[in-house]
Amino acid sequence: MNFQLIGVNHKTAPVEVREKFNIPESKIPEALRHLQAHPGVDGGIILCTCNRVEILAQTTNGSADLRTFLGRHFQLDTNLFSEHLYELREQEAVRHVFRVASSLDSMVVGEPQILGQVKEAYATARALGAVQPHLEQLMTRAFAVAKRVRTETAIGSSSVSVASVAVDLAKKIFGSLKGKHVYLVGAGKMSELAARHLLSNGAASIFVANRTHERAVELAQKFDGEAILFEQLYETCDRADIVITSTGAPHAIFRPEHGALFLTRRKNRPMFFIDIAVPRNVSPEMNGLDGIFVYDIDDLQQAVSSNVADRRKEAEHAERIINSEIERFQGRLQTLEVVPTIVSLQDHFETIRQAEIDRVRGRLGQLSSEQERALDTLTRGIINKIMHTPMRTLKTAAREPEATTLIDVVRRLFNLENKNGTKSGGAAGGS
Amino acid sequence: MALLWLRVALVCYTVGLLYALVALTRASSWLERVALHAAYLGMVFQFVSLTEGFRLSGQFSLASAHSAESVLAFLIMAIFMIVYLIYRTTSPGIVIFPVVFLLVFVACTGEQAFMRMLPGMREGWLIAHITLIFAGYAALILSFGSSLIYLLQERSLKSKKASGMLAQLPALEVLDQMSFRLLLFGFPFMTLGLIAGVIVEEATYGHVAYLDPKFLLSILMWAVYLLLLYTRWSAGWRGRRAAYLATGAFAAAVIAWAANYFSAIHRFVRS
Repeated sequence: MNFQLIGVNHKTAPVEVREKFNIPESKIPEALRHLQAHPGVDGGIILCTCNRVEILAQTTNGSADLRTFLGRHFQLDTNLFSEHLYELREQEAVRHVFRVASSLDSMVVGEPQILGQVKEAYATARALGAVQPHLEQLMTRAFAVAKRVRTETAIGSSSVSVASVAVDLAKKIFGSLKGKHVYLVGAGKMSELAARHLLSNGAASIFVANRTHERAVELAQKFDGEAILFEQLYETCDRADIVITSTGAPHAIFRPEHGALFLTRRKNRPMFFIDIAVPRNVSPEMNGLDGIFVYDIDDLQQAVSSNVADRRKEAEHAERIINSEIERFQGRLQTLEVVPTIVSLQDHFETIRQAEIDRVRGRLGQLSSEQERALDTLTRGIINKIMHTPMRTLKTAAREPEATTLIDVVRRLFNLENKNGTKSGGAAGGS
Repeated sequence: MALLWLRVALVCYTVGLLYALVALTRASSWLERVALHAAYLGMVFQFVSLTEGFRLSGQFSLASAHSAESVLAFLIMAIFMIVYLIYRTTSPGIVIFPVVFLLVFVACTGEQAFMRMLPGMREGWLIAHITLIFAGYAALILSFGSSLIYLLQERSLKSKKASGMLAQLPALEVLDQMSFRLLLFGFPFMTLGLIAGVIVEEATYGHVAYLDPKFLLSILMWAVYLLLLYTRWSAGWRGRRAAYLATGAFAAAVIAWAANYFSAIHRFVRS
């Protein structure tokens, strides 16, 4: 296989170190050319995101010095960073690529962006001709594995941020957020973020009320919403389906009597209060009213951490998928290595057979078609019998590490090298 | 043969029952798919059973108490499937599958006793009466089912812990809309069915026995149904209160049904 990988990521290195190895997008082609020119390297891919810089290389004999390459390219002493750098080879490199593509190595496990980034890195390298057939196989497989992990596990299905959990809950209450109105009470950063999330999920409009009215106007303008005087809060609040509170008020602004009033005015249509203020702006007793749902910051955070725990459980499942995929991939790759040898071996014997028949035909004189057929069957039979065991051994060995040695021996024994380019190349393409 | 097909249908619905039981503790999309397909299959077998029963008896076989249960179960399933087509959720199945299973089970085990058509009974009106009333019942039961699921979902949202099946339930608003629409859908059927019943009675006995328990209870059920619709529409009652009312209407419907056994005019089985 001869895959090698070197890199730093968010687990092994702080941002001060990661930024030293950062390669801006425009410089990646140049770095790839450097990499290919490095002794022992046949091809490679460079993945550079804010959480990781990784260089995956396909090398001639599996022992290229990627550390020196890093040192030269970035003109720094890699010994200073040896505790942050990781180097992986062969199967471990394959596993790493699979895990990264499947988002198991991400800071937020299961986040979907990484796959796109890996695909981009692959496309860049491919455009430069830095992707050799085996590397190509590896990447294609990695994308398939990532897809499998996404569909067979629930790793990316739960929300792991407060804002997206709030959106999930709103959807559980209202179904679709289409036509729902959001009321921001207090104009903090957090509530702005939550509002942005709700709007991008279909919420219709936004009202903002804030003690400092100017700030409310400012925020309302940002979302094309409506600023409302804080004094009119109770009169207007029932217009909203989702209320996000984040004021610095020392005691609850919304108490059960307000909730009951809103419900009457709303003909009991439900309301969802998201209280991200500390101390809380919404009295917890409000949650006891039919049709009013109150979640405070702790409730939301609890949902987040339970979702994170779920993702971890799913990640274990994903690791099992990856293990089985690594095995399959290795098998495939090695079978791939064995196939050309088998084909040229067959060609080799067939050439001998044809030559021998031609030679003997002169001596036998005119043969009837029946005799011709018998001769053909006889010679073919002998060759098939002889070939049977070596072929089977080669095919089985394809899955073992010693396949390369065996292939070498066979090639040398039958002197297959010189014919490789002409005959078996074409045949292998068709097989 | 009719009974055999019904038993096959029962086996199919058993899968649905299994799904309903499992679904309460954890979500299984695999079992959901299987249950749905088994339910389709069950409906086909039940349909065969019903038509065959009708053909054999030579008269309107609905008049048998036990095949009446089968018809009711079939109508419930039909409406359940319509709901599924609109909302793409099998959640009402949690309530519906056990009910259907029970009805079909009773229909399977009972003797196939037929009510004799009384002289002067108009078969057309009788068919109309029974089918309409049953369609109303079926809608009411499904509405009741989605109200119960509304309660489940509401409780899970209030307790701030959602796991397993509870995490997969439809949104509150969707459930509310579903149960209200089912009520609206069922009401005209119920009303017309009652009117048809009165017409049949008039034609058979020449008068209407207003004091017969069946008649009184049916009117009571209809009134509760109307009340349920009205409070929903005017005050937007939903959640717990709506579920209580739906339970009330459902109970009234069950009692009105049970009245068959002590009503003088409305008997399936001759004693």
